[in-house]
Amino acid sequence: MQATSTLDRPPAPPEASSRTWRKAFHDISAGARQRQLWAHLGWQDIKQRYRRSVIGPLWITISMGMTVTALGILYSQLFDQNLAEHLPYLAVGFIVWGFVSGCLNDGTEVFIQNEGLMKHLPAPLSVHILRLVWRQTLLFAHNLVIYFIVLAIFWMPITWTALMAIPALLLIMASGAWVALLFGIVSTRFRDIPPVVGSLMQLIFFMTPIVWNADILEEKGGNMSIAKLNPLFHYIEIIRDPLLGENLVMTNWIVVGCITLAGWALALFVLRNYRARVTYWI
Amino acid sequence: MVSIDVWNAAVDFPIFDAKSRSLKKAVLGKTGGKIGTESKVPIIEALHDINLSFRHGDRIALVGHNGAGKSTLLRLLSGIYEPTRGSARIEGKVAPVFDLGVGMDPEISGYENIIIRGLFLGMNRRQMEKRMDDIAEFTELGDYLAMPLRTYSTGMRVRLALGVVTSIDPEILLLDEGIGAVDADFLDKAKERLHELVKRSGMLVFASHSDEFLVELCNTALWLDKGGIKEEGSLRDVLTHYKGKDPFKNLNPQTLARIGASDSAAPIGSNEDS
Ligand SMILES: Nc1ncnc2c1ncn2[C@@H]1O[C@H](COP(=O)(O)OP(=O)(O)OP(=O)(O)O)[C@@H](O)[C@H]1O
Ligand SMILES: [Mg+2]
Repeated sequence: MQATSTLDRPPAPPEASSRTWRKAFHDISAGARQRQLWAHLGWQDIKQRYRRSVIGPLWITISMGMTVTALGILYSQLFDQNLAEHLPYLAVGFIVWGFVSGCLNDGTEVFIQNEGLMKHLPAPLSVHILRLVWRQTLLFAHNLVIYFIVLAIFWMPITWTALMAIPALLLIMASGAWVALLFGIVSTRFRDIPPVVGSLMQLIFFMTPIVWNADILEEKGGNMSIAKLNPLFHYIEIIRDPLLGENLVMTNWIVVGCITLAGWALALFVLRNYRARVTYWI
Repeated sequence: MVSIDVWNAAVDFPIFDAKSRSLKKAVLGKTGGKIGTESKVPIIEALHDINLSFRHGDRIALVGHNGAGKSTLLRLLSGIYEPTRGSARIEGKVAPVFDLGVGMDPEISGYENIIIRGLFLGMNRRQMEKRMDDIAEFTELGDYLAMPLRTYSTGMRVRLALGVVTSIDPEILLLDEGIGAVDADFLDKAKERLHELVKRSGMLVFASHSDEFLVELCNTALWLDKGGIKEEGSLRDVLTHYKGKDPFKNLNPQTLARIGASDSAAPIGSNEDS
């Protein structure tokens, strides 16, 4: 061992920094390549919650269906809205909100909760992020069943614009990934962030047009900037418009596109600088 | 070529308590100037000045008292911790077996757990399915593989974990304690398989407090003390200095012949067996 060490031991490299763009991008590409792993883990997460239950993940759909029906009936009366219009609006908003808030809330804890795994099995950070986004996507798919049921009940026509929901979903998924990456790393260091985000999200839920319609606010001469300054409003709109067969609003797409790009830039910067510190912090 | 090289590496753990983890402190701390020692995060230096060079065929024992840094060094070698100072270069496919409970889901079958472990180690599902018969035969778990993992005993879990890591042709095997739970028969079998693996493709680094296992599995040793390397050399020399007595003395001749004890007297660095 020692003999060999003097013979064919390469010279010490110049202090190899762990803070390089190359390593950050390698983390992401290596994670993406382990598709079977995160896909399996993400699916496992869902099955685990309903282990030994008879109808299993169908509960996700059922509980969403109950919430949407109850709130839809209540709020359409409160706001004097037509149930056939308000229920689909609320259903889609709720489903998208579930995805967005899921990425944020779970994102803050993504590394903290996987402490055991991360300390025992080496894997790129991005594996945990992709697992989270995949899990949220699967939950979204389960909830989307409600959308189709609502469509059928109210005989709403599906138009070609509905296809625009696909790029919208991809944009939201891309955002979910940077949010989880950024908040995941920062919250591992600063443990106040998860509870802060948790309570902020509850507040934002009421401020975002989900159970109430933004149009009512406008009709009543309310201040529309309450809705428009809220980035999550735009995220919900880009997918709600096509699914409800309404005209697309360019502003929403531009805002979402910009936030996605800026967010990724920030998340990549944080990944570059603190990637190697995460296992020290958990 | 499989190799591990570490240059002057150190691993420092920052110890955050609620105070230093809080955001308020970090934000306000910037503007408020130095608040003496209070603004500093205490640090545990788990490893320092580590210089290593392992090559193909090395079977290294890690010894040292509790808290000496053995587990931390294994994590450094697996890439879980990147050195806070210095550098480390690990070439080869790493397969760690640290804690047997982690990364295993008690509710799903042994079979599924094998696949997940394999996926974590860089295999894909099809490759793992192909190895399933081999793993089933090696672990002797038989029908138990279809049972949820919570029905397994500790030794059965060890068998499963060892079955997976040895079946995927890893180049660098990192083992931490744990494997003590298996019975003698299985240990023999595992030993043979590990030796074969090391000869064929790589190296083994094994941390343990049990002479018995170390003698069976390793030929060289590294003595860690308080986060630094105290001694490095043949297993027999290092263990003798570490324990204060020659552990090979009490072994019966058959065991000595079996483990090729004469080997440990050979010049350090020779990789041949027997
Ligand atoms: N995550 C961590 N945070 C803070 N300190 C740590 C952490 N992990 C290890 N340490 C410290 O590093 C030192 C070495 O720990 P390590 O677990 O490597 O010891 P070990 O040699 O494996 O001991 P044992 O024989 O008991 O397993 C200890 O002083 C421990 O307190
Ligand atoms: Mg240990």
